[in-house]
Amino acid sequence: MSASDPRATGPDQHHKAALAEGRLLLQRDPATGDAFFYPRAVLPGCAEGPAPDWFEARGTGTVYSTTVSRRRPEQGGNRNIAVIALSEGPRVLSQVIGIAPEEVRIGMDVRARIDMVNDQPILFFTPAEGQS
Amino acid sequence: MTSLRGAAAIVGIGQAGLGEMPGHSALDILGLSVRAALEDAGLTLADVDGLFTASSFHSMPSVSVAEYLGIFPRFSDGSMIGGSSFVAHLQLAAMALATGQCEVALICYGSNQRSAGGKLVSMTEPQPHERDYGLRYPIDAYALVAARHMHEYGTTRADLAEIAVAARQWAQLNPEAWKRDPLSKEDVLAARLISDPLSVLDCCLVTDGGGAVIMVRADRARDFPQKPAYFLGGATALSHRAIAQMPDMTTTAAVQSGQAAYAMAGLGPDDVDVLALYDAFTINTLLFLEDLGFCPKGEGGRFVQDGAIAPGGRLAVNTNGGGLSCVHPGMYGIFLIIEAVRQLRGVCDARQVAGADVALVHGNGGAFSTQVTALLGSEATL
Repeated sequence: MSASDPRATGPDQHHKAALAEGRLLLQRDPATGDAFFYPRAVLPGCAEGPAPDWFEARGTGTVYSTTVSRRRPEQGGNRNIAVIALSEGPRVLSQVIGIAPEEVRIGMDVRARIDMVNDQPILFFTPAEGQS
Repeated sequence: MTSLRGAAAIVGIGQAGLGEMPGHSALDILGLSVRAALEDAGLTLADVDGLFTASSFHSMPSVSVAEYLGIFPRFSDGSMIGGSSFVAHLQLAAMALATGQCEVALICYGSNQRSAGGKLVSMTEPQPHERDYGLRYPIDAYALVAARHMHEYGTTRADLAEIAVAARQWAQLNPEAWKRDPLSKEDVLAARLISDPLSVLDCCLVTDGGGAVIMVRADRARDFPQKPAYFLGGATALSHRAIAQMPDMTTTAAVQSGQAAYAMAGLGPDDVDVLALYDAFTINTLLFLEDLGFCPKGEGGRFVQDGAIAPGGRLAVNTNGGGLSCVHPGMYGIFLIIEAVRQLRGVCDARQVAGADVALVHGNGGAFSTQVTALLGSEATL
């Protein structure tokens, strides 16, 4: 699958196709440079404005908030649910993996990791190198 | 008509199935609450020509309710913005009454959530950018807000426990409340965590229950048997659908709804005698006290300490016991209104706030997604 033309496929599919190639795309207002997520066909707060620009995110961010969503082992056990503030500004809901759910801290630097789950590319985060 | 302030009044309230009502459908419980409200107002169903309702069970709430009740309202609204819907209906009903779209407005809700399985019933669809991570809606979203508030302002689980304990102490003064056994801060702190930092005792109840409110134009309000509770101001603010889209994760859109409602009413926080805040979780009460101007941003945790919002404290909050200890049948908004009206009527016995003339009702929907504030007042406030 190659990253498709957003005009032909729509924003969600364009985003997902790039994700499958290991690239995290964001959009921004071409006038102000303000980035946003999730993918949209029009600028949030400015539907009369120009079409959003796509650009590749660095894939870095910090944990903005985090919870341990506690579940019984037969329900998959405890899992982390986190809001990540991307370096470019937008916040995304995700999961910090590669670390115990209880160990995730607000302010922790994280790096994007794309895993295939049920044949779909999913955006996760892992602690950035140098994090204890 | 340039202002809705004092344009309409609540002249009837009714409840049914508070706690548990096995064998009854959501609409049965709603119907029984409507019967109680009609009796309270001295009206018959034939008088009702305006219908306002919302539901977690019916995708066309007003249609299902009108059919069940057997009415054909001239004006109706079934807007669904979560548990705050019914507080939003106050403003819509006042507008409809003031402009002659209807003469008698019925706002109502019913749920058999507890008897139907004891789990939160929600028609909410998984959000496209949340579903891949197994976010458990709504509690994980509320937990993320609570965690961030703790991080920014030093709020603690003990502060949240104060809120749960205050709600329980009010509930102990309310014979209708579902949970009335003693509760200590230690009990809350020792309770099983569900989504850190929220424990099972930071969460609202899962009960059955129905409620109904009848509103008429203010110029007719004195013709009814009960003391009218006048609509003084109201506003709805929409914030976000998915929690990561919340513009500021420690400040809710109650700031906007509150300011607009205060402006319409010509009132401020200092004028409020009694508050009914939508406490789906303990963190809700804390944020709404901040965002509605009862304490500065970040000070909510300190504000609620030492029983400040419990009976005998400095601010009367959720005098029925709230969603935490009185009743929470999926959506709680209608019960906020009912308790506020009772306080303004002065019929709350042991939990009555002496001389209550102004009540603030604040509804919340989704995961801090929708915020609706209304101010109600006695005749003295007109």
